[in-house]
Amino acid sequence: MSNYKLIKNARIIDPATNTDKIGSILIKNTKINDISFEKTINAPQGATIIDAKGLVLCPGLIDTRVFTGEPGHEYKENLRSASNAAAAGGVTTFVMMPDTMPIIDNTALVDFIIRRAKATAKVNILPAAAITKGLKGKQLSEFGLLKKAGAVCFTDGRFSLGSTATLKSAFTYAANFKMPIINHLNDEGLGASGVVNEGLMATGLGLKGIPKEAETIPLERDLQLALKSGVKYHGAQISSASSVEIMRRHKKTNSNITCGVSINNLSLNENDVGSYRTFFKLSPPLRSEDDRAALVNGLNEGIIDIIHSGHDPQDVEVKRQPFAQAGDGAIGLETMLSAALRLYHSGESDLITILSAMTIKPAKLLKLKSGRIKIGSPADLILFDIDFPWVVDESKLLSRSKNTTFEQAKLSGKVFYTFVSGQEVYSQKGENNVT
Amino acid sequence: MNKNLKTSSRLKTDKPNSIQKFNHKNLLAISQLNQVEIVELLDRADEMAKVSLTPQNIIPSLKGKTQINLFFENSTRTQASFEIAGKRLGALVMNMNVQTSSLNKGETLIDTASTLNAMRPDVIVVRHSASGAVELLSQKVSCSVINAGDGSHEHPTQALLDALTIRRHKKRLNGLTVAICGDIAHSRVARSNLMLLNAMNVRTRVIAPQTLLPKGIENICAEVFTDMKKGLKDADVVMMLRLQHERTDGQLIPSAREFYHFYGLDKKKLSYAKPDAIVMHPGPMNRGVEIDPSIADGAQAVITEQVEMGVAVRMAVLNSLVGKSAHNNMGHNNMGHNNMGHNNMGQENE
Repeated sequence: MSNYKLIKNARIIDPATNTDKIGSILIKNTKINDISFEKTINAPQGATIIDAKGLVLCPGLIDTRVFTGEPGHEYKENLRSASNAAAAGGVTTFVMMPDTMPIIDNTALVDFIIRRAKATAKVNILPAAAITKGLKGKQLSEFGLLKKAGAVCFTDGRFSLGSTATLKSAFTYAANFKMPIINHLNDEGLGASGVVNEGLMATGLGLKGIPKEAETIPLERDLQLALKSGVKYHGAQISSASSVEIMRRHKKTNSNITCGVSINNLSLNENDVGSYRTFFKLSPPLRSEDDRAALVNGLNEGIIDIIHSGHDPQDVEVKRQPFAQAGDGAIGLETMLSAALRLYHSGESDLITILSAMTIKPAKLLKLKSGRIKIGSPADLILFDIDFPWVVDESKLLSRSKNTTFEQAKLSGKVFYTFVSGQEVYSQKGENNVT
Repeated sequence: MNKNLKTSSRLKTDKPNSIQKFNHKNLLAISQLNQVEIVELLDRADEMAKVSLTPQNIIPSLKGKTQINLFFENSTRTQASFEIAGKRLGALVMNMNVQTSSLNKGETLIDTASTLNAMRPDVIVVRHSASGAVELLSQKVSCSVINAGDGSHEHPTQALLDALTIRRHKKRLNGLTVAICGDIAHSRVARSNLMLLNAMNVRTRVIAPQTLLPKGIENICAEVFTDMKKGLKDADVVMMLRLQHERTDGQLIPSAREFYHFYGLDKKKLSYAKPDAIVMHPGPMNRGVEIDPSIADGAQAVITEQVEMGVAVRMAVLNSLVGKSAHNNMGHNNMGHNNMGHNNMGQENE
């Protein structure tokens, strides 16, 4: 017995095909069965019919950088709570960083995550495995076996792999297995003791600055090694105008490189730190407004490929500290789309560009079948109201940790429905006009 | 902000009006004060300096009040200064030295704050090694908080006592040239002084090797020099900073010897300043590192007077925040760093 769902009268946006038209989609079981740019399709009998009334229907978002607390720090976030937050934010797939306890650097852990996610999570959770054993930057983990077990990419998470020799062999070996390497960019010597963007604001607050060179030097190094090895390389997240220029230059000669940007760096700047607000202590740090504008330009020009949430749940004790002693990171799964839509509402970016960076582009990096609206693709879809105004209330966020950079922020645009493999995993009923 | 700040008329006898000129719960940073408030505090400190010479004339305005000196970082002189200031005003003063090394620093800060708060002190004087820690603590307690130095951020009472010392010698602040020399990058004394002196229309200069100059410093002082002789030229005040070896890691400057050669204040370099220039130092001094012994103990040095003014300034601050006459300050918490642009409010009323 097949299970059909018809979503009719939706504004279908598929960044993969540059589509933005009113139409309908028929879901059969877990996959997209039919697409029509008429107002409706003749649905089989017994189909669930959802009248979208013009809401945007687009592929579910794919978030390439999410930290969870499971295993090891479940009080911060477990797979279930992270997936609930994801579903509410329209994220149907996320890549989970290996910085857990124990660290995801062996096949048993990858297997555990996949099984655990299947049992408890509403959305697709894809494990990233550590580049090096124990994230220590020395011995490579078993790339081939980890790939076979289901790891989708290699990264040392919040650690920046800094040894040139190790990087070179990691890149070469990963190229052998056609697996992407994602490296966080922070030069240990230059960046380690800093806590905010270097500049006048840091000087005024008496905080040690992180110069942009802490990012540009490792980026330049990685890109030279990437060209030599032929690896599919993804710079985890860039934060400065100079990094955009470096990416622009290297993309002319190497088609295997991409980079990401955190939604925080794209929508906030260093002034948001205000008087020592530790929720805005991030790595890379929030930089100047000029840097932020350059990142938006980079996104618009396709120099920056992917927007991620950088979701990093931290408990109160980690954040309620003097600024220099507080931990890095902010949650973001539930607010990523709405925060990104700020760029649309402000006229800085168009909708297809924004959505592309959270759907088809990460899908291509990770070789996923989702991230597009295509017959036969997984029915990972979201319906959202592009203008719906709401105020972020941290007590209503589904993440176990509340360290959001958007507390009390007024955002426009909200997910109303999230489907993963054809199943409704989130709906905001009662507050919208969908029937 | 307090609407009364716009009034520039000030009569020394008009006490109620003058109280309204300083309407804060906490003193966390000089950047929270405007020119009128700074002048008011300096005037009150001047009074305190006078009555301190005749202790029988001091009004015990803090009688029955509890003052806790909470020092997460060692400091003999600042703690002693606050203790004497509190005791001269009649407060019950308790010193707490928290050695951060043996405990988790953050836990200690927040936990200690709420523990102390439960004991209902009237004012807590805090020193901490992390920038912003005092402000964080102030959010967790209901009493007044005075910043006695937080990391590389601010040390407001030091800037006030420096300004008072300068004013007593030069009879004004407006229009003077003050050169601050040494480790600007790590110095809370430099930051607080720049904030205060800028607010008072002083021509501020900083002098240091590039490695000890923080990024963007040119935006918060009038002139930046790496050559000490040029920087000292025609200065009215030479303010030396303590070189903290542990903060320079051997990477920012190679040696104390080399630093002394280029940035230590000796007779020759001082000769570039005005003949009647005064020499200041927040202490404790490294003789032979940032200052030559002959200068440190010479006629132009006003370093011990700074210490004396320290007590007067702290008495004035304590009195203004929690003294009996400061009854109307609770609930008017004007803290924050949003006052940087208020430098031109009112007139300096000398």
